[in-house]
Formats: sequence, structure tokens, C-alpha cells
Amino acid sequence: MSFYIASSPHHHVRRTTHDIMRWVLLAMVPGVLAQLYFFGWGVLFQLVLAICVALFAEAGALFLRHRPIKPALHDYSAVVTAALLAVSIPPLAPWWVILIGTLFAILVVKHMFGGIGQNIFNPAMAAYVMLLVSFPVQMTAWMPPAVAGYQAPGLFDSLWLFFTTYTAEGYSLEQVRLVWSESGLDAMAMATPLDHIKTEVSRGFTLAESMQSAIFSWFAGAGWQWVNLAFLAGGLTLLVQRIITWHIPVALLSSLGLCAILGALASPDLLPGFNIHLLSGGTMLAAFFIATDPVSAATSNKGKLVYAALIGLLIYIIRTWGGYPDAVAFAVLLGNLCVPVIDQYTRPQTYGHGEPRP
Amino acid sequence: MSQPHSPVKLWRFHGGVHPPERKTIANTTAIRTLPLPKALYIPLRQHIGVSGDVCVQPGQQVLRGQALTEPGVYGGLPVHAPTSGIIGEVVEHPSNHPSQLPEPVLTLIPDGQHTSASLQPVADPFSLSGLELIQHLHDMGVAGLGGAGFPTAQKLSQARAINLIIINGVECEPYIVSDDRLMREHAKDIVRGVQLLQYILTEENQAPKAVIAIEDNKPEAIAAMEQAIAISHAPIQLQVIPTLYPSGGEKQLIEILTGKQVPARGYPADIGILMQNVGTAFAVAEAIDQGEPFTRRVVTLTGESFQQPGTAWVLLGTPIQHLLECAELQPDTPQRIIVGGPMMGYTIADPRTPIIKTSNCILAPTNKELPAAQNESPCIRCGACEQVCPAKLLPQQLLWMAKAQDHEGLNQHHLSDCIECGACAYVCPSEIPLVHYYRKAKAEIREEKIEQQKSEVARQRFEARQERLEREKQERLERHKKAAEARAKALAEREKLAEQQATATGAPACDDETDPIKAAVARAKAKRAQQQAEASSDSEDPQKAKVAAAVARAKAKRAQQQAEASSDSEDPQKAKVAAAVARAKAKRAQQQAETAAKASDASKEKDES
Repeated sequence: MSFYIASSPHHHVRRTTHDIMRWVLLAMVPGVLAQLYFFGWGVLFQLVLAICVALFAEAGALFLRHRPIKPALHDYSAVVTAALLAVSIPPLAPWWVILIGTLFAILVVKHMFGGIGQNIFNPAMAAYVMLLVSFPVQMTAWMPPAVAGYQAPGLFDSLWLFFTTYTAEGYSLEQVRLVWSESGLDAMAMATPLDHIKTEVSRGFTLAESMQSAIFSWFAGAGWQWVNLAFLAGGLTLLVQRIITWHIPVALLSSLGLCAILGALASPDLLPGFNIHLLSGGTMLAAFFIATDPVSAATSNKGKLVYAALIGLLIYIIRTWGGYPDAVAFAVLLGNLCVPVIDQYTRPQTYGHGEPRP
Repeated sequence: MSQPHSPVKLWRFHGGVHPPERKTIANTTAIRTLPLPKALYIPLRQHIGVSGDVCVQPGQQVLRGQALTEPGVYGGLPVHAPTSGIIGEVVEHPSNHPSQLPEPVLTLIPDGQHTSASLQPVADPFSLSGLELIQHLHDMGVAGLGGAGFPTAQKLSQARAINLIIINGVECEPYIVSDDRLMREHAKDIVRGVQLLQYILTEENQAPKAVIAIEDNKPEAIAAMEQAIAISHAPIQLQVIPTLYPSGGEKQLIEILTGKQVPARGYPADIGILMQNVGTAFAVAEAIDQGEPFTRRVVTLTGESFQQPGTAWVLLGTPIQHLLECAELQPDTPQRIIVGGPMMGYTIADPRTPIIKTSNCILAPTNKELPAAQNESPCIRCGACEQVCPAKLLPQQLLWMAKAQDHEGLNQHHLSDCIECGACAYVCPSEIPLVHYYRKAKAEIREEKIEQQKSEVARQRFEARQERLEREKQERLERHKKAAEARAKALAEREKLAEQQATATGAPACDDETDPIKAAVARAKAKRAQQQAEASSDSEDPQKAKVAAAVARAKAKRAQQQAEASSDSEDPQKAKVAAAVARAKAKRAQQQAETAAKASDASKEKDES
């Protein structure tokens, strides 16, 4: 009688890549719901189209590369990429924006570098940056949140806007984005909180004056703060489930928060404080879902701390002195670039190689 | 939770995992004694070390405990007959090693009587010296039961001073309960063994500290050991440590208890620590107090494919097949038989494989219980492996390098410090058999090193040869040069003689007066010859001169022979060519002379003008 031969260990944790990615998607649900609430149906269209395109692109790329298709689709990594890109772009950006972005993310950033596990850059963020520099108008046309006297377009209008860039009645996205005064005579375009502060401060107003706007409430931008808090809640789930470790979120948020505090101390009239920085734009999404992408992040724990702190610092620098209002995507890509160097200099000390303890 | 057993600070090693323990499958029943197998296959070579010389004949009747091998010139660890019976031939048999490569074993057909030879206990061990006890342990064939089966006597006789003995009762690997049951049932003997070890390692009346470490998932074993220590009044500390795989690894346990790390490529003795398994302590006590040679061990028979799991005293050399029958294996399809636990054990294909000193467990899981690794998918660098690595390596980096066969990178990332505990592969979401890749890479590096050494030897030999050839060439050239000098000297001598003869006859060349150049040349030659003669008569003694003359004669002879040979071999064609060359040279010389003469004439004219 002969027995079956296998290599040790003979026991495995039953948590596969598939499970990890599924947890990431589940943890995004609160943030997506918050976006849906504040920014309307467009979020959903972006998500559905992005995920469909990502799956087709992934299958096509695998087919061309003669790789098994089914297990790779099953690992959900393409879905996560698509979802991250979809929640990052303005909800009513025309359909072809997300289509181009997703194709770029999957085909160029992921598969041209060798597929899952091999990409140097975070696919969603690389695609975001590509879209931002190619289509700046569409990529910055964020809706005002559904507070501050604004009503997001309904399902039907959103669908029309998404596919034709006009509502059924013929209003363009620019017109839809206008917030009408109570008298119904005045209209003004609304920017994102970070955008707003940047513009107003550059026009000579102080921070306090610029924050008088209706797009601010409580401690940060109306709507945006809740979206960020929802992503924070999802991120904490990932931590509890041990899908991610604490190193990257903690280092990123502390680095960004510390910079914001120091900035606010140095120039309280012009630079927004840590509440604005931590709860605006894509901060929480970056800290828990984007910078934690294991493929493009640093590997050792020490390396992760350095990597995430660098991203936090870069976010602050670009937001404060850069040309773009939000900086998450640029900061993450720059962080990705530094990973090999960080990995080289943050290797943990192997057992028995340290100085002997007395 | 209060920890009454943990009065001292414990440290934490990096990483570790919590695989399901599943110890209750086998630890609820007492250690059984199994029926004798039909045949025993006793490997001659121990797991580590050389084999002794066989000292029994085929067909010979032996008794239980009788030595079958003796140390021989290399001091191999002896093996003893586990039971009484008839010795068979030395045959090749599948080894208890992942490779299952055949190795020589001594067959023993038990006679069923289990008759003991007269055992030789040490009556009063504390009256003997440590060295004498070490020798006794060697004669009893005691080896480490925990890890690699290192001969205990050899480990104890290290030159380093030991100030801490750690007795390893951690048994962190899931399923395995051999040490657990042994501690529950033989705590007293284990404590006795520890005392003996302390005595053996006493230096300058300073006995080393002894700590017995047990994981907190074995409360019965802890209680039994505590009681035995209390009864013995021995200065032994019991240390309960938290359950975490691989706390029982030598390096990890040392870090937990002391906070120190064994230096890379070093031994625990380098930091004054000696570690022994509880089973080894038990074997030491048996060997010294009962004179019982090391011929049996506790083996855990576990896994859901066994109908009768449990622990058993198994004679060394028992084929695993016998154990499968005793524990009533109901094979799954396919069935894996694992020697060791689920994390570090290795599967064997051939159940004739014998039990050896390090075989602590036979695990026969169903496929539902321990599903085999499924599809390996690409690494997503999630870093889960790095979080659990107890050696603090970067397993995912090592994987890239192992796949790329980047041996230099692997060395830089300390692949050799991997203890193959399997924690990385256990947590890997892509189900990559990381340890398998590392083992392969380690083997390749070993292979490469051997090749390098071989080519280094070849290079040295080649260079030595080149050097020798060069030296011989130089010596030859030197000889030729000396011979040429000798010839020149001989010529000068001859000329001098001729001149002397000419002077003696008193007949100066009549045309000397008419040719002043010739006369001048002759004078110069005479003068030089005279000087040389003076010089040689000053420096050379007759002996040397004779030798030189003899050498010159020999050389002259050889030269003559060569000349003859060349003249023989030369064909007319060559001679013609040589003649032509000579003519051409003469012509050119003449032309040069004429040119020179003209030039001198011209310069003369110039001067005059």
C-alpha cells in the first residue's frame, strides 16, 4: 500500500485571496451607501459599469496571456480595483470616463506589469491620475452634497446625465450642479470643501470666512465628513477582521493629522486644521482601502509605517501647495514609487542577527 | 486570568500562529503497550551522527537491551535490541526521512518472549563524575527525542559552560500529545532525569538552573509535574507559557524564557543554555537508574482516520504499518500518513518505514479534517506570512527570490535562518507552499556550494600545475644559459692556449708588423685571457673546475649529438634555404659596411673642409 505525498504544512487557514477581497468589498459598503445618500444615483452607475468593464477586461487580458480565467475572476481583485476607482470619481461623470479609467487600470497598470501581485502602482489610483490629467473638467465636476439646500438629480435624470451628459429636459451637468438661492434668482456652482477653501483663500479670504459657506457643517465639509466617517467604519472592520494591519492607516492619518495641526498652528488664518484634512476628500478611503493595497505597498511593518507616513505628508503638501485640491492619488503613486527603496532599508532584523542581549 | 505558574517575566517571539490544537483526539487515554510486530527494522545509522559497527551475527539470538552495534572508531551511537529475538541480515530498507531513500537496517525477528539481558543500572550516580555518566548515556544510546535526534552524550559534553537547562515540554505542534502523556504518567522520572542532567552539568560546584516549560493547554501535565517537583524538593522551576505555535522551537522557547536570541549559525550553548526534551530527560533517568538502553519511545497515533487513536510505547524499528494496524486505520482516499504533526511533519509513501528515535507522532487525517493544499495562486504581497514568521524573515521576498533562483539575494535575506515551521504557508491566502519553495532553494544553494568547492579545488590544482610547468621552464632556461657561458669560457681557454703555444714557439706572426690592426686585436685578446685566467685562478678551486669541466664535456657531447642529429634530419632543401639566407645576410652586411665607410669618408671630407 502506498500513501499520498504532500509537503508540510498540512494545515492551512481557510482564508483565501477571494475571502480577503470579499471583505474589502463588504467593508466599502458603508462608504458607498453614504456616497449614495449624499451624491445620488450616479455613484451606483459608476460602480456597476466599472465592475462590469473590469471583469471583461480582466478576462480578456487573462485570455490573451494564456492564463486560467475562472480562478482569477473568482479572486475579486479586479472588482476591488473597479470599486475603488468608481467611488473616487465624480458620481455624474460621463460613462466613458469610468470606462477608459477601468480599462487603463486593469489592462495597463495591472496586466501589463504581470497581473495580480506584480503591479508597481495601485491600479485604481494610476487610472484616477490618468483621468484627472486627461479630463480635468469631468473629473472635478463633483456634485454638491445633498445638504445645504441642494437636491441631487433623481434616478431618471441621473441616468440621462450619466449616458448623455444632459438631463431629459436638456440641462447640462454644469447647470445641474448649480445651487439656486432661496429666491430662485441666483445660482452658484459648488465646489468640494477642499476646492472651496483653496479658491477662497487664494481670493484673499481667511479660512474662517471661507468656511462660512453652506458646504461646511459640524466639523468639516457637509456630506463629505459622513462619507469619510463611513469609510473609517468600514476600515475599522478590516482591522478587526485582520485583513489589514494597523500600520498603514495609523501612520497615514497621524502623519497627515500632525502636518495639519502644525500648519494650522503656524498659519491659523489660511491653513485648514486636521478635522478638515482627515474628513475631506479621499482621506479615509486612502488610509484604509487604497494605501493598504498590499501589492503596491511596502512589505515589512516598519516599511509600512514609513510608506504610509510619506503618503500622509505628500497628501498634505500637495493639498496645501499643489495645483490640485485633493492629492490622495498623486501621493499614493509617489509612495508606490518609493516602495523598493523603503523595502530595502526597513528589512526586519532576522532572529539571531541582532546584537546579543546582555 | 491569574497565572500562578508564571512568576517571572516572559518574552514574546515575533509572529506565531494558533492552528486548531486537536490534542484531545489522542490525549484522553493512557499510554498503551502494543503487541510485538512480526519484525523490527533497526536503522544502523542514527538520525544525526555516524553508525556504529555491527557486533552481532545473522541468526544470533539476542536479548532485550543487548547492544547490536558498538561505537567503533568513529564513536557512533550504539543501538540496542528493543526485544529478544533472532538477528536477520543487514538489508536496505526505506528510511524514516522525507526522501524515503533506502538505508541499511538490521532486521530482528522477535521471539515473543521479550526476555531482558542483565541491565546495568548506576547504583549511585552522584558518586560518579559527570563524564562517567555521559559515557554511560552514550553506551545506552540516548539521543534527543525532540528535534533532530542529536546524541545526548555529545550535547552534554560540549566544552561550553551551561548555566541554564531548559526542559522542553511545550509540544506546540497540534495533534501531538506524546510529551503530554509522558509528563502526566511519568512526571517523577522526568524530574529525576532533570536532576541528573543538572548534576552532570555542574561545574565548580555550581549546578545550572533548570526550567521546565509547558504550554498552558496541558493543565493535567502541569499539575503532575508541579507535584513531582514539590515531592523531589529539587531546585527546578516550572514555567507555564501561553499556547502559541511554534513556542516549542528551540530558538523560540529560549527567547520566550530569557529574552535572548541564539546567535545566527550558533548554538544555545553559545549563550550558556542547553535544551532537552522531557522525553530525553525521562530516557536519561531510565538509562542511569534502571540501566535501560534507549529502545522505545512514546508515539502519538492520531487523526480521524484512526479508529483507535491514542499514545503507545513503540519499540524503535517497528514498521509504521504495524502501528496503522494497531490503531485501526480506515484509509480515506487518498490517505496521507504524516510522521510528526500537521505543521512540520512529512508524509511517507511506504508504511514499512520504521519508527526511529525522533518519530513522535503518526498522523492519519481524513481529507475533510486537514484538506490538502488546493490551487496555488499568485502572491498578492499581503504580508500575512511576515506577520507570523518566528524567525522575522520576509517570506514573500524569499519566495520571489527562490522562484528566480537568486541565491545571493536569498543569502542576504537569511534563508538559512528559516526553521521551516510552516507558519507562513499556514496563513498564506494564495495557498502557496512557501516552505516547499524554501526547502528546494536551500537544497539548490547547498548543491551550488558543493559545486563551488569542487571547482575551487580544481582551480587550485590547475594553478599549481601551471606554476610547476612555469618553474620547470625557468629552470631549463637557466640551465641553458649556464651551459652557454661554460661553452664561451671553454672557447676562451682554447684560444688562450693557442696563443700561449704561439708565444712559446717564438714565432710572432710575420705579417703582424705589416697589419697593425691584427696585432692590436691579438694584444687585447691576450690581455683579456690573462685577466680571466687570473680571476679564475683566484676564485675557482680545483674541485669546482673539475665539475665545470665535466659539465662542459657533457654539454659539448650533447651539443655534438644534437648537431649530428640535426644534420641527419636536415634535408637538402633546408640546407639550400639556409645557404641562401646566409648569402643574403653576408650581402647585407657588406652593403652596410660600404655605407658606413662612405659616410665616414663624407664626414672626414666635411671636417677637412
